[in-house]
Amino acid sequence: MSRPVLITGGRLLDPSQELDGPGALLIRNGRIEACGRDIVGPDDAEVVDVDGLVVAPGFIDVHVHFREPGDEHKETIGSGARSAAAGGFTTVWTMPNTDPPIDDPAAVGFVRGAGERAGGARVYPVGAASRGLEGEKMTEVGELVAAGAVAVSDDGNPIWNAGLLRRLLEYTQTFDIPVLQHAEDTGLSCGGVMNEGKVATALGLRGAPNAAESCMVARDCYIAELTGGHLHVCHVSTREAVEQVRRAKECGAHVTAEVTPHHLALTEDAVHGYRTEAKMNPPLRTEEDRQSLLDALVDGTIDVIATDHAPHHYEEKEREFDDAPFGVVGLETALGVAMLELVESGRLSLGGVVDRLSCAPARIMGLDVGTLRPGARGDIVVFDPAERWTVDASTFMSGSRNTPFVGKELVGRVRATWVAGERRYELPREASPFREGAPPYVGQGSV
Amino acid sequence: MTANTTNGGADGLGLGKDLTGLQQLTCEQIEGILDTAEPFKEISERRIKKVPVLRGKTIVNLFLEPSTRTRISFEFAEKRLSADTVNIASSGSSVEKGESLVDTARNLEAMRIDMVVIRHGSSGAAQFLADRIPSNVINAGDGQHEHPTQALLDLLTIRDRLGSIAGRRVCIVGDVRHSRVARSDIWGLMRCGAEVAVCGPKTLIPMGIEELGVTVLSRVEEAIEWAEVLYVLRLQLERMDAGFVPSLREYNRFFGVSRERLERAPGDIVVLHPGPMNRGVEIDSDVADGPWSLILPQVTNGVAVRMAVLYLLAGGSPERAESAKEARE
Repeated sequence: MSRPVLITGGRLLDPSQELDGPGALLIRNGRIEACGRDIVGPDDAEVVDVDGLVVAPGFIDVHVHFREPGDEHKETIGSGARSAAAGGFTTVWTMPNTDPPIDDPAAVGFVRGAGERAGGARVYPVGAASRGLEGEKMTEVGELVAAGAVAVSDDGNPIWNAGLLRRLLEYTQTFDIPVLQHAEDTGLSCGGVMNEGKVATALGLRGAPNAAESCMVARDCYIAELTGGHLHVCHVSTREAVEQVRRAKECGAHVTAEVTPHHLALTEDAVHGYRTEAKMNPPLRTEEDRQSLLDALVDGTIDVIATDHAPHHYEEKEREFDDAPFGVVGLETALGVAMLELVESGRLSLGGVVDRLSCAPARIMGLDVGTLRPGARGDIVVFDPAERWTVDASTFMSGSRNTPFVGKELVGRVRATWVAGERRYELPREASPFREGAPPYVGQGSV
Repeated sequence: MTANTTNGGADGLGLGKDLTGLQQLTCEQIEGILDTAEPFKEISERRIKKVPVLRGKTIVNLFLEPSTRTRISFEFAEKRLSADTVNIASSGSSVEKGESLVDTARNLEAMRIDMVVIRHGSSGAAQFLADRIPSNVINAGDGQHEHPTQALLDLLTIRDRLGSIAGRRVCIVGDVRHSRVARSDIWGLMRCGAEVAVCGPKTLIPMGIEELGVTVLSRVEEAIEWAEVLYVLRLQLERMDAGFVPSLREYNRFFGVSRERLERAPGDIVVLHPGPMNRGVEIDSDVADGPWSLILPQVTNGVAVRMAVLYLLAGGSPERAESAKEARE
């Protein structure tokens, strides 16, 4: 077991216990032992002085793609887990649409094992909802959970068969896990490669209308109401889908939802010039949709931020727009984008952002993380809320660099991440010149 | 790598290195290209149809999608200007073996070419190429995006017949959704001051097109009543299989441009079509071969317009076009 760690001098920020103020945090045996003012560590503790920085529960991303097995040239579970740690994430849920898909217990075990060896964030596999992700036959959901799966999904594909979704939302209740749905009516999206509308028409690209998402979300919400199962709506991108989720929640259905940083920050205009780094599914929508997503995240209709981290190799994106794959990486820019769009604009407090990135995902998914309460796991992020930095994808820990934020100035930068009291990431010093007069950001010594 | 100092930029119209679309051009630039095409028209009427304007220039016609008319029109334009040309089609080339567009382009570049004329099935492919190689790139049709030289020849044909483009009412009829020709014509016509409408079954009218500044008419009778120029688009037969229209018979009945419909036009009206035509579907033979039709003049103008574009991108100036073509070997 690693040495105890005493993180001192920082601003403790934990919305789960309405904590925001100076204090110290002691982690021992992988768990938080004490949190607050006047905490003294044991003599053998490693003391980390984080003056001027925020200490918060590690971030949780319930939607990432780590490509292993099958597409290790894009990302491995190892590189993905380290990329997550570099973004301040201490827990990630990996989607099962790998090759082969994660649709049996052995595959779930493989992902867990690789995650444990990765030395980054905790990696929890999402199992396939249907065998082979084919949308026909339910997987052995109980066996997947027993092997370590935390949810089921056919992400990448929608579960288009309403009867199958119904059975899944019923059956998963025994195991108390959510069904994560990529909501898309493929008859309406019909091969669309971006948002349908003025920009797609001018560029001559096939468009997917808002209704392709909102029709499916409406249907799914009614099935959630019918069954009482936990439906989690992935990457909401339209104002109409927001309305559906709001309605379902008001009716008492067990529906939760996520939004990605890129849908909060960008619109379809980012596609101009046929920029494949702005090609993702669901596509970037209009300013009206973006404003609606920001409002929904603030008012709680959308519960959490999730990145839909989707690595693709440079060569795969460096081609004709129609032929380039969907998706962008997001783990290492999530905090900066969220702070820029939410805190800088005055829509949400810093604590609100920490909530949507950490406490809220833990709360809706029932995880024993996302808090600094004594007894919780020692998963911690330390970040500088004031640092402005420019995205340079060549510094990413991820195996891929397909981000639409290259060259963009973001606010808020992760300095270090601990998982179970073990330091899993530390910002290299050369990338972060000290602010004038500030003490070393991570130092060692005795109190 | 979007600009290059050796190719282009000296054409006097400020077209830059490439011609990827009409959206980004001004009225002056478009009219300038049409003016430059005027002196080139005459070359094709000569007994010996060749001038040394592009002597020593190497041009690659990279046609990765089937084309007859456009490819041959470009080839005539290039040959009549004395350029050396190479044709590449996707079948029988390394593209068929899975070579990426960027690699194909770089290999061509390594053979020291001057210009690429590209036809490609993906929207944005011409811009993609233009951004990656220093040669001049001319878009000969990219997916559903633009087909600028087609629109330029359409504009020239309209100007020849009606004397001007500004203020004219032009309605584009048919499969606007899938048409790069429609997009280029919309930009070109609007830049030159025409009023533009589109007409067709709503399944073939793209969302948001009104926001580009055009009017949407839902019946072909309305279009004929309103327009001075009717631009009839080809209905690609695969659209029927994809369910955009229920049958060709029905399309012809409700949207076909027929003699009977044209005879009810309140004023003079002319008909253009980019070819190839589906006679009896979007246009009846009476119309295609009748007094309204400007379809063959379009084809003739195609060669002159492409000569003008090649000449301008190679660094020629509009004022010197007349003397350039008179230079002797």
